[in-house]
Amino acid sequence: MSEATRTEGPRSRWLTAAAWRRLIRDQPLIPLFGLLAALVVLIELARPGIVNPEWIGVILRAAVPLAILAACQTLTMLTGGIDLSVGAVASMAGFVVATLVTGPGTPIGIVVALAAAALAGLVTGIGVGVFRVHPLIMTLGMSLIVLGLANVWQLHMLGAGVVIPDVLRWLGSGTFLGILPNSLLVFLPLAALILLSLRRTGYGRLLFAIGDNPVAARLAGARSWQVLTVLYVVSAVMAAIAGFLVTGLTNIASVALVDPLVLPSVAAAVIGGTSIMGGRGGFAGTIVGALILTVLTSLLTTLGLPEAVRQILFGAIIVVVAAAYTRITSES
Amino acid sequence: MSTASGTVGTLRSRPADALASWARRNFWTLGLLGFLALLLVFTRLIEPRYGAAGIQGLAISALPLALAAVAQAIVVISGGIDLSIGSMMALTSVTSAALMQGQSGEFGVVVVVGVLLLGVALGAVNGGLVVITRVPDIVVTLAMSFVWAGCALLILRTPGGASAEWLSALARGSFVSEWIPRAAVVLAVVVGVIWIPLRRSRLGLSLYAIGSNPLAAFRSGVPVGRTKLFAYAMTGLFSAIAGLSLTATTGIGTPVPGPYTLQSVAAVVLGGVSLAGGRGGIMGPIVAVVILALVRSNMTFLGVNPNLAVVAQGMILIGVVMLGALAQMRRRP
Repeated sequence: MSEATRTEGPRSRWLTAAAWRRLIRDQPLIPLFGLLAALVVLIELARPGIVNPEWIGVILRAAVPLAILAACQTLTMLTGGIDLSVGAVASMAGFVVATLVTGPGTPIGIVVALAAAALAGLVTGIGVGVFRVHPLIMTLGMSLIVLGLANVWQLHMLGAGVVIPDVLRWLGSGTFLGILPNSLLVFLPLAALILLSLRRTGYGRLLFAIGDNPVAARLAGARSWQVLTVLYVVSAVMAAIAGFLVTGLTNIASVALVDPLVLPSVAAAVIGGTSIMGGRGGFAGTIVGALILTVLTSLLTTLGLPEAVRQILFGAIIVVVAAAYTRITSES
Repeated sequence: MSTASGTVGTLRSRPADALASWARRNFWTLGLLGFLALLLVFTRLIEPRYGAAGIQGLAISALPLALAAVAQAIVVISGGIDLSIGSMMALTSVTSAALMQGQSGEFGVVVVVGVLLLGVALGAVNGGLVVITRVPDIVVTLAMSFVWAGCALLILRTPGGASAEWLSALARGSFVSEWIPRAAVVLAVVVGVIWIPLRRSRLGLSLYAIGSNPLAAFRSGVPVGRTKLFAYAMTGLFSAIAGLSLTATTGIGTPVPGPYTLQSVAAVVLGGVSLAGGRGGIMGPIVAVVILALVRSNMTFLGVNPNLAVVAQGMILIGVVMLGALAQMRRRP
């Protein structure tokens, strides 16, 4: 690559392809925002006038739960794992709250749901951290267990009736200042917490370390089983919160409500630059990834394409973006 | 059925030694077979009427998943994974059902051949993308599962189509004796004709090699990229066979993928194939599928809430894998 040895002045350095590639690799958020902007432009071209504050509110409302689930995937993928149980846990959480509203009340319902989710996460974490079960298998199995138990709960609570509590409706589908969804009140602090802890706390560093080189991490004194156990508990609790929001957004309580969001949450994390092999990535990219997927879905719906074509394009775009990422980040 | 270390040990002079080493290599599959035998006895105890008809039903319901498990096992042995198996099954199923509708039996043969080739092509696309883009296989096959499922929807928007009579007859009924379901024979023949010669061949050895240690395989002269592509193409082929079995057993094509993908991963792990690759065979996953189907039947016989059966399935999956992990941990210091 002769560019590397060229010794010309500062102006031409900006124009070299290698400089662009380096920029994209070191600041991966930039091409993501570019892609997001391109999609917004496309949808405006497809239906002029659609991009208005109300549309932005709709997009944000739909993107927030996806972003939270994608956060679960980001954190687990950093350690080289994955969490396929987020759909079952999220649905269970929303469902449990809805069934407890008429009885013990909403606050207790929320506490019970969060506790159940934490318990599920604890079992998953022990399986992955202590017994070293592959996270794909462990979370797969847990999703079956949670789904089955949620169904049993449903049969028990047939008499109670299902009511979506107002607070969840307010959080999930309400807006303030006209367009900003209330779920941002939950999401923004959560996102800030995640972003800060990944970059600035020891725990965040441990996640990267375990994913990057588990043996070295262990030799350096990290007790990975503790880190992993806590990780999956956190992931499950976050999934429960996402479940609350989805239940509030859709006004439905079902034990399979959030299942369609599981694979897109993985896609959002991958598009955002988190490597599924572990050790690389971050939440900022994931947030943009979730926005990209939501705008993409909106674009495909606006174009009036049949569901089948939408699905095909969805998958194709994920492959293209992931391939571009791999090509750019591995060129060094 | 056994690991690729094959018959290097022809230095064994005593057949007892050879038998012992074969048993040690296949102990997981043998354990599964033993458990299956116990389970059959248990089934007979709790449901005395369980006879040839029960075995029939078991074989028919387990056939698609067994083929999906074989498909998944091949790619997992070569070090990858394929999360689009369910979608490929749906696509091949609706293609065959749509094409066979209202046509003669002879045309059905052409359709079957065409669908098998389609499966190979689908798998080759998956494998090609994995090799060329170097994106992790989980991501590629996950994304492609959307693409294939979308294609299935394009072909048949709602379940429909038909199956050729001879194809459905292949899955129904029994063979020779009423205790041997034709579906089981078909499975044995298909797997035997395709997998056994493959495993014994150099290509089969390469599959195990790239799964076990891609770098060492590369340095030994194994064409890693091409072998990986071949593995995914084989997975596509078996997914197509599984899709055809869906058309045969249900009589129609359904564009919705169904739970086969993740269940095939579970069956593969339960069958003793290591997710890291390079170890295991296809008998284990097949026996695991039969065991899971039988456990489900038993739960129905015992009157257990079907949801608890789902819970039990998850717990079995986790429990077995934990036991396997524990056994491995104790072996290593």
